[in-house]
Amino acid sequence: MAKFTKKKDGDLPAVSTASLPDIVFMLLFFFMTVTTMKDSSLMVENTLPNATEVKKLEKKDRVIYIYVGKPTQEYQKVFGSEPKIQLNDKFANVDEVGTFILAERAKKPQELQNVLTTALKVDKNANMGLITDIKQELRKVNALKVNYTTYEGDAFNNLQ
Amino acid sequence: MPRRKGAPEVNAGSMADIAFLLLIFFLVTTTIETDAGLDRMLPPIEPPDQDVVIKQKNIFTVNINKNGQLLVEDNLMNLKDLRKAATAFLENNADGSCTYCKGKKDQSSSDNPTKAIISLKNDRETKYSTYITVQNELVGAYNDLRNREAQRLYGQDFTKMEADYLNPETPSAIRDDLKDKVKRIQDMFPQKLSEAETSTN
Repeated sequence: MAKFTKKKDGDLPAVSTASLPDIVFMLLFFFMTVTTMKDSSLMVENTLPNATEVKKLEKKDRVIYIYVGKPTQEYQKVFGSEPKIQLNDKFANVDEVGTFILAERAKKPQELQNVLTTALKVDKNANMGLITDIKQELRKVNALKVNYTTYEGDAFNNLQ
Repeated sequence: MPRRKGAPEVNAGSMADIAFLLLIFFLVTTTIETDAGLDRMLPPIEPPDQDVVIKQKNIFTVNINKNGQLLVEDNLMNLKDLRKAATAFLENNADGSCTYCKGKKDQSSSDNPTKAIISLKNDRETKYSTYITVQNELVGAYNDLRNREAQRLYGQDFTKMEADYLNPETPSAIRDDLKDKVKRIQDMFPQKLSEAETSTN
């Protein structure tokens, strides 16, 4: 009789959690490898437009980023609400774009200096005037390969 | 009396907690960046050595005004019709030298795809989103034509072939093979999209 009662109270064994650390470590390593730390925080609004005919930007080390958009709420008191250019961590004027590109280009290894792409991350509410000025500056320093960074989606959603 | 046992075992029970902490940190800081966009080449700033004479009929002018309206070849046009109009212009084939074109051979439109140029002008007050939409439609017109030819010759889309060619993970043997094919399709419909300086008035 004693045999049966013993079996009765042990009918739901606890789930072993011994392999939990392994699972968590696996996830940890996944996120560690795919993480890219942001090197500059955004100071401008940056809602990109949509486009369908996009190409992926491979090889991040060959890309120089230029952000354009309205300053975010906290900067609007100082810098106003007109679209501004952000280079690395600070606002800049159009005439500083050329020197910025040259400085960034000089930082890259020799063999990459001729294959750099300039990624323009422009807010969809910006005006083309500023973009045209930037393009003119880029032409002056011979940085001719540009990529208008967009989200993937129906381009006609931009017009609303 | 010396102890005969080795070092006592470290309790690994809190390992999961530590790992969780790290995991949550990386989860929060991760931004899996999705960077894709429209690739364009800007024209060099030095003017060409000699002036190139281009016939007016080989230029497809697209003007965007500050309200986002389109003026295509001096006619007001809806953005939705732009891709079709650009495609028709590119493969018009007035001089009949393009064997793979299916155009109307209209004498007042472009001679052949290698001569056809699309000229895009915008106002300083044009919104960026409108500009991107127009760019997207024009690039789309080229891609449509290239895809059609790639399907006919190689049985797959040009955009896919190009993406495979540019992808560094594709084996080099396949990439060498794709290189010639991509080049051939590109030469069939060379992308000539000129962006002149913005007009101020």
